[in-house]
Amino acid sequence: MNWLTNFVRPKLKQLVKRDVPDNFWRKCPNCEYMIFHRDLEANLSVCQKCGHHLRLNAKQRLTMLFDEGKYHRVELPNVLLDPLNFRDQKRYTDRLKEARVKTSEEDALIVARGEMNGLPVVTAVLNFDFMGGSMGAAVGAGLITAARLAVAEKTPLIAVTSSGGARMQEGAISLMQMPRTVIAVREVKEAGLPYIVVLADPTTGGVTASFAMLGDIHIAEKGALIGFAGTRVIEQTVRETLPDGFQRAEYLLQHGMVDIVTERCDLRDTLIRVISLLMQSNKLDDGVPASYTLRSS
Amino acid sequence: MKTFLDFEQPIADLEGKIEELRHLSNNDDINITEEVGRLKEKSQRLLFHTYDNLSPWQKVQVARHPERPHCVDYIDELIRDFTPLAGDRQFGDDKAITSGLGKFRDQSCMVIGQEKGANTSERVRYNFGMPRPEGYRKANRLMRMADHFRLPIISFVDTPGAYPGIGAEERGQAEAIAKCIETCLTVKVPLISIIIGEGGSGGAIAIAAGDQVLMLEHSVYSVISPEGCASILWRDAGAAQTAAEALRLTATDLKKFGLIDMVVNEPLGGAHRDKLGTINAVGNAIEIALGNLKSRNSGDLCAQRRKRYLKLGEEITE
Repeated sequence: MNWLTNFVRPKLKQLVKRDVPDNFWRKCPNCEYMIFHRDLEANLSVCQKCGHHLRLNAKQRLTMLFDEGKYHRVELPNVLLDPLNFRDQKRYTDRLKEARVKTSEEDALIVARGEMNGLPVVTAVLNFDFMGGSMGAAVGAGLITAARLAVAEKTPLIAVTSSGGARMQEGAISLMQMPRTVIAVREVKEAGLPYIVVLADPTTGGVTASFAMLGDIHIAEKGALIGFAGTRVIEQTVRETLPDGFQRAEYLLQHGMVDIVTERCDLRDTLIRVISLLMQSNKLDDGVPASYTLRSS
Repeated sequence: MKTFLDFEQPIADLEGKIEELRHLSNNDDINITEEVGRLKEKSQRLLFHTYDNLSPWQKVQVARHPERPHCVDYIDELIRDFTPLAGDRQFGDDKAITSGLGKFRDQSCMVIGQEKGANTSERVRYNFGMPRPEGYRKANRLMRMADHFRLPIISFVDTPGAYPGIGAEERGQAEAIAKCIETCLTVKVPLISIIIGEGGSGGAIAIAAGDQVLMLEHSVYSVISPEGCASILWRDAGAAQTAAEALRLTATDLKKFGLIDMVVNEPLGGAHRDKLGTINAVGNAIEIALGNLKSRNSGDLCAQRRKRYLKLGEEITE
C-alpha cells in the first residue's frame, strides 16, 4: 500500500498535471458543474448552470463595481502586528505571513475610491481569502480611514462584507474593533452621507454585529450566508435541525433584516440607482438629516 | 453547601478539617482552639497563595462561579428605589437583561445588567445570562431614555455571550447588538460599565462600550470563550486551558493593553467568598468613575468616549 500511495500515485499525478493546470476549471460548490475559468470570469463568478454565486476576492469585487473596473487604492495605516504574541497550533505571525503571500495583500480590508456611473464613491471591501476576512486592528483602522475619506470627499461609503467575524488571534483587541467600526460609520451618517452595506457570502459574527448591520441600506447577494452565530453553534445549542435556507439572504429579507436581495449581475446597477437617488442635489434641506439627531427617539 | 472549584480542593480539605474539629469540640470538652487557629491560618495562607497565582483558566472558572455575586446582588445592595423597566416595545421582554431606574448613592441613574441567575430555575428564567435581540433592544431603548432625561448609565456585564438560537437570529441578533453599540457611542450622558463575571464577546460589548470600563480582578473579557476558541483553532474543546492563556482575557492583561480603565480588587479568595465586600468595592469604584465623568460637558463626553475607542490599539506597545 505504501508503495502505491507514496510512489505510484505521485508519479501518475505528475503525468496528468502537466496537461491540466488546476485553475483552468473550477467546480461549482453547489451543483459540481465544471466551469471553464474564462466563462466564470465573464459571468462574475456565477455558475452558469445553477446560478450559484461563488465567492469573489476583494480585487474581483472592486473590478466589478467601479466604472471600467478602474479605481484607486487607498493606503491604510499600519497597525501593531500580533499584540498578544498569539500562538495556537501555528503562530499568528506565521498565519499572517501565509495570508499575505496567498493574497498579496497586507490584511483583510481593502479600501478604494473611484466612480460608479460617474458618481464618486469610497468602497471598503473585506477579503474572505485573507484569514476568512476576519476583523482585527488592521480592518478596524482601515474602515476608519475609509469613513474619514468618504466624509472628507463628501461621497457615499460602500462596505462589502464577507467575514467569519472577529479575529480570535487578536483577543479582546479584535473585540474592540466592533465599537471602532461603529464610530467610523457613525461619522459617515452624521455627515449626512449614505452608508450602504453589501452583504456577501459569508457575513457572520462580530462583523455582522457591528458595521455590517448599520447601513442605511442593506443589499445582500443572492444566497449569501448572513448571521451572528455559526450554524454549528446554533445546532448544538438548540438541538434542532435548522429551517431550510436559514441565515441565507432571502431568509433575512423575509425577516426584515435586509432591504434588497440581488443577483450579482444586478448589484452594480442597484448600487448606482440607490446612490444617485440618495445623493441627488435637490434634497429638501442641506443640513444633517433629522433622523440622525439623537433626541429623535 | 459551598461550591469548591477543582483547584480549590486543598482549601476545601482544610476547611472540612476545621469544621470537623469544631464539631468535635462541641461534643466533648476538649480544647482545640489552638489547633483550629493554626489550621485556619494555614487555610488563609493557602487561599492567598492560590488566588494570587490564578492561571487564566482558573480565572475563567472563578468568573463563572455559581456563588459569585450577580447583577441582581449589585442592584439590591447599591441601587436604592430600584424600579425595573421591561420590554423592547417591539417583541417582548428578555429577562437575561435586568434593567431599570434607581438611585446610586443619591444619583438617579439607569441600570442595565446581564443576569445569569443563582439556581437552576432562575438560570432557566434568565436564559443563563444569554440575551436575545429583545434584551439588546430593551437596553438600547433604556440607554436612549437615560440620555433623554440626562441620567448616567451603569451597566453590569456578566454573560457567556448573546444567545445563539434560531429565533434570536430571525429577529436580528446581530442588528440588535450593533444598534446597542451604536447607542453606547452616541449618548451624551456618562456610561460606566463593570465586567463583574464573564465578558462574553459581542454580547458583552453591546452594553459595555462606555466612558469608563471597570473590571473585577478575577473576571474575564474575551472575543470568544476559551472552549469555542479551542474547538476552532486547536480543533479540540479540551484545549480550553491553553486557549484561555493565549487569549489574554484576564483583567491584568486587558488593563495592560489599555482596553479597560480600572481593575477592582476582589476580597481574599475571590468575590464569592465575600459578596458584600466585593459589591462595596465595586460601588466605590463606580462612585469615583462617575465623579470624574459628571463634571464633563455632555458634548465633550460623547466625543471623548469615541476618541477613547478610536485610539485603542495605537497605544499598545508590547
